[in-house]
Amino acid sequence: MANEVLELEGINKFYTESLHVLKGIDLTVREGEFIALMGPSGSGKSTLLNILGCLDKPTNGGYFLGGQDVSSMSDSQLSSIRSRYLGFIFQQYNLLPQYTVVENIEVPLIYQGIRLDSSTKKRCEALAELVGLGHRLDHRPMQLSGGQQQRVAIARSLVNKPQLILADEPTGNLDSKTSLEIMVMLSRLNEMGKTIIMVTHENDIAGWARRIVRMRDGNIESDEANEPWPLPEGAPELPVHLLEGAA
Amino acid sequence: MDPLSIALVGVLSISIGFLLASDKGRRGLELALRSLWLHKLRSFLSMLGIIIGTSAVIILMSFGEGSEKDVLDDIKRLGTTNIIVRSVKPPEDANSNMRQRVATYGLTYDDMDFFKTIPSITRMVPMRIFPQETRRGARGHNSRVVATTPQYAEVNELVAGQGRFLNEEDEAQMNNVCVLGSETAKSLFPFEDPIDTSVKLGQFAYVVVGVLTDRMPTGGTGGSQAAEDFNHDIYIPLSTSRGRFGDRIMIRAAGSRSMEKVDMHQITITVQDIDKVRPVGSMIREMLSETKRHPRQDWALTVPLDRLELVERTKANIRQSLGIYASISLLVGGIGIMNVMLATVTERTREVGIRRALGAKRSDITFQFLVETMVQTGIGGILGVGFGCAYVFVHALLHSMPQFAFLFQQGSPSPILHLPSITWSLTTAVGVGVIFGIYPAMRAAHMDPIEALRHV
Ligand SMILES: Nc1ncnc2c1ncn2[C@@H]1O[C@H](COP(=O)(O)OP(=O)(O)O)[C@@H](O)[C@H]1O
Ligand SMILES: [Mg+2]
Repeated sequence: MANEVLELEGINKFYTESLHVLKGIDLTVREGEFIALMGPSGSGKSTLLNILGCLDKPTNGGYFLGGQDVSSMSDSQLSSIRSRYLGFIFQQYNLLPQYTVVENIEVPLIYQGIRLDSSTKKRCEALAELVGLGHRLDHRPMQLSGGQQQRVAIARSLVNKPQLILADEPTGNLDSKTSLEIMVMLSRLNEMGKTIIMVTHENDIAGWARRIVRMRDGNIESDEANEPWPLPEGAPELPVHLLEGAA
Repeated sequence: MDPLSIALVGVLSISIGFLLASDKGRRGLELALRSLWLHKLRSFLSMLGIIIGTSAVIILMSFGEGSEKDVLDDIKRLGTTNIIVRSVKPPEDANSNMRQRVATYGLTYDDMDFFKTIPSITRMVPMRIFPQETRRGARGHNSRVVATTPQYAEVNELVAGQGRFLNEEDEAQMNNVCVLGSETAKSLFPFEDPIDTSVKLGQFAYVVVGVLTDRMPTGGTGGSQAAEDFNHDIYIPLSTSRGRFGDRIMIRAAGSRSMEKVDMHQITITVQDIDKVRPVGSMIREMLSETKRHPRQDWALTVPLDRLELVERTKANIRQSLGIYASISLLVGGIGIMNVMLATVTERTREVGIRRALGAKRSDITFQFLVETMVQTGIGGILGVGFGCAYVFVHALLHSMPQFAFLFQQGSPSPILHLPSITWSLTTAVGVGVIFGIYPAMRAAHMDPIEALRHV
């Protein structure tokens, strides 16, 4: 069996004494998995994803990421974990409006303390090309469509070679055609061995994952394997050769 | 450059160096400049307080510098080791209606002999001054006749452009010689070489032995020392004047005539070194105050060095009020900047959330916004320095051009750029950025990343 990427042991989250949002979640994620986290609105998906993403701390319980106990880490240690091990994709893309495509992709490197030079720049350009934006390197987010922005965000989530990519409703703001493009891209990345956890409430989208975890009222209701949709005919291959050393 | 400025420049350039050396620093700097450029008007308005503060400091300090130089130049011209004693016509005589009465007042040869008992005095130059028309053939010139001794030239730094100044032999032999000020010479001898010709003062002729080069007039000294314009003078030996004119002088003024008996109008006393100036000054004052010598107050004593003290005091005053003024304007400027930064931080809450999610530590966020504020105040400071320097430059330029004289009050100082105030005000501006930027920056850093990400 593949190595564990993370393990949750009895994670509880209380916002107030009476607001018990996560009720003893246990979850193990292994390398190369593609998990869809589903459930009705208010069931605690985002809260769980934020804890997985080290943006929030559980009230109690254990969270082991790559073997390290992160549930008791300080704010600055968590920041450093985020910059090293995690990639984020958001529903609202969340690119920095002042920056160009390449500069947006570079941001996680800055906070990792990596010196930006021509080789990091080349790597970021390769990632932009990987997501099909090789001809838009100097564009700003405002000049891109939603789908293009989300692709920049995907490239950005790859730049620090993360162990885990977290996506909260990555297609929530996109039309169905663009959603399909994005999901094909995520599937390809998963084929390459990237571990992905994605929150969605759409069955169509969840169908791309290999494992579906359903939540209800802060509990895991079901957790089962899924046969992902087949890639559509003529779906573009990712120019993986670009990724040699890049992601 | 003063050591403080050197230290400040050092600190500034080291911190700029650090900024440029690290990726985060360069990015922060670049981002700061970009967002500044994005909101040009807003940034300019928020910097206005800083711009006004810095330029005001530079302009005021430069005026201080300019007036200090004016005064120092004056003191130098009058001589730092000199004491000047003058005869003053007492008021009751001036108001007298009696005509033809001989007004007797002022310093006497006796006084001068008495001063000779003071050991620290190295030189005494007495002078009698009376207005008299100088004639050369048909030409006349209303000059100031100065009867004095040869050392007069040293004391007043007069230089003979042609010929020589009066010498000891002239004095000893009561020679009928004279030396002309440059204007006097020009007006009497428009075409000829004056040397060895003669001019007439009253009924006597004097041989011209020298002509002086042009000399800047000295400024007046607060009423106690008249402004002197040496260029309209004609100099004759003191001994000659006693012989030729006697002790009495006829003054013609506004249709009335009056006679004066004044031994000498002024004595310029030079002391051997600067430390002795004040003690000797007070000794002389004491001597003259003895009522049997001068029952009326018919003399005045000026110590040019005293003005130095006045200048120092004025400078300290300027500094103090400037300090208060600058603090207030920088405080106001800083509050303006802080206000804008708080708005900026709120506006960019989402950006903070994104950066935090991508791995930025709190310190990274603090740093970013702090750099942004410092860049704002720094640029404000630079603009202020630029404006201040430009103002000083233009003012000084116009001041030096006679056709713009109408713009300025007579005797108003021309500013001289005060270099240290540039470094002070620039570092203070950046310092204001740090002080007023820290709160908004911390506020940004302590936002909850999840909430910040939800912010629209
Ligand atoms: N910051 C918060 N403070 C208080 N309650 C919160 C906060 N965030 C989420 N909740 C509550 O926690 C529950 C789960 O929310 P969430 O994780 O966003 O659900 P989902 O993403 O599945 O819709 C909801 O009832 C929501 O109101
Ligand atoms: Mg949600």
